[in-house]
Amino acid sequence: MTKKTKTLNLNFGPQHPAAHGVLRLILELDGEVVEKADPHIGLLHRGTEKLIENKTYMQAVPYFDRLDYVAPMNQEHAFALAIEKILKIDVPMRAQFIRVMFCEIGRILSHILNVTTQALDVGALTPSLWGFEERETLMTFYERASGSRLHANYFRAGGVHQDLPMGLEEDISNFCISFPKIIDDLETLLTDNRIFKQRNVDIGIVTKKDALDYSFSGVMIRGSGVAWDLRKSQPYDCYKQLEFKIPVGKNGDCYDRYLCRIEEMRESVSIIKQCLAKMTKGPIKSLDGKISPPSKKDIKQSMEALIHHFKLFTEGYRVDKDEIYAAVEAPKGEFGVYLISDGSSKPYKCKIRAPGFSHLASMDYLIKGHMLADVPAVLGSLDIVFGEVDR
Amino acid sequence: MLDFLGGLIIALREVFKPKKTINYPFEKGKISPRFRGEHALRRYPDGEERCIACKLCEAVCPAQAITIESSERADGSRKTTRYDIDMMKCIYCGLCEESCPVDAIVQGPNFEFSTETREELYYNKEKLLDNGDRWENILAANIRADKPYR
Repeated sequence: MTKKTKTLNLNFGPQHPAAHGVLRLILELDGEVVEKADPHIGLLHRGTEKLIENKTYMQAVPYFDRLDYVAPMNQEHAFALAIEKILKIDVPMRAQFIRVMFCEIGRILSHILNVTTQALDVGALTPSLWGFEERETLMTFYERASGSRLHANYFRAGGVHQDLPMGLEEDISNFCISFPKIIDDLETLLTDNRIFKQRNVDIGIVTKKDALDYSFSGVMIRGSGVAWDLRKSQPYDCYKQLEFKIPVGKNGDCYDRYLCRIEEMRESVSIIKQCLAKMTKGPIKSLDGKISPPSKKDIKQSMEALIHHFKLFTEGYRVDKDEIYAAVEAPKGEFGVYLISDGSSKPYKCKIRAPGFSHLASMDYLIKGHMLADVPAVLGSLDIVFGEVDR
Repeated sequence: MLDFLGGLIIALREVFKPKKTINYPFEKGKISPRFRGEHALRRYPDGEERCIACKLCEAVCPAQAITIESSERADGSRKTTRYDIDMMKCIYCGLCEESCPVDAIVQGPNFEFSTETREELYYNKEKLLDNGDRWENILAANIRADKPYR
């Protein structure tokens, strides 16, 4: 006589605290073993891509902050690069260093959040409390440069909005000295901790081939041993001048991805240090008056500047007819912007390639056969932020 | 057992370190001159409002949160008759402040302006000018501090 078994459908989220936002994951459970995972997305959909079609290029920048809101400036960077590629404008050296520096700060912001909340998901509370203190410091840097702790609206096509205020470079370099100590502390708490290891080692293994097949990027592919990093393979801005290593995992499990993120934070600190050392005085945005708004002082003195100011803030600058794909290595992976311009001052179409989307799409593959308790661990190591997945 | 002990020791060390939290609302975090908080409309020192109704902020606002109507005064100057900001639409991007040629609309240091009803968040000209009068000292100091970068 055969026993009759029935699978159980379980809604994981959207209110579940470990679902990292508004993920509705429908799990088919056989006892405690996950048979199938079906992620439902769209609860945070705001129609960013469509909205951008009705905004000038300058107005569209704040929308990129709101995609992956954990590392806002990295998104802006992709958009700025796309416009610069079409317009073929040069970005002053200082602006490049400022942008790269803030992108790396964004990377640390994102990785702290991810590493500590991954620990939180598997039962460790302390790292998140310590990590958030550092995030607070970093967000103060964001605020001092851009005026806002999260939604920075700082990068522009051709540079950045304003120069760094006095004293900020010094404070950032002080942070670079003190922060590695905090990473050490976090590692003492987590890396060798047997509970953390039991929950993460050999969970959610991704093989090299599957990582490529599922179009993974960022830590998800590096954790599986593929040394793929856009900062190295197709350097943008000033990454060519900087020296850094790409941490690569071995087994492709959640634990390796955690280790990759920890190492990447150390690399980011070193990149920030190099940026600060190499930064020279100079302009921080393109000197082309047709693209960069004039300074407030110039408006009062020069008629031409005033005309440019009014033109830029009403109509915006025109971008030649072209199609371009620009991608950056965002903390989560390859963040790309596919921009089609039609010669007007608004994009004809702006497709956003969010790394989290393809990572989440592989949820079924990652979690099949694992226990229910492994779902938060895998989700945590995917580094999902719903702002960018749902767009 | 060493892995636990190591963690426990650094966690215990933290107990003896000074507190890192602040006693909000009595203490507040530091904010920089560039902070983008509640909006305000500023006046010149003689009491005349700065805004010249050029409508740049209205045009540049990505969320279309600003509505302006204007008319000519008896003395020939153009001034706003209506200046509304829908604070719930506003995304606090700072483009209005950036676009203003006369430093009239600014985003001040105030971030505590929550209300009990939605209606109170439809700011009109009166409210914005009142904000400007209330915060003028800080607003002017912030603009002065940020002047080399503007």
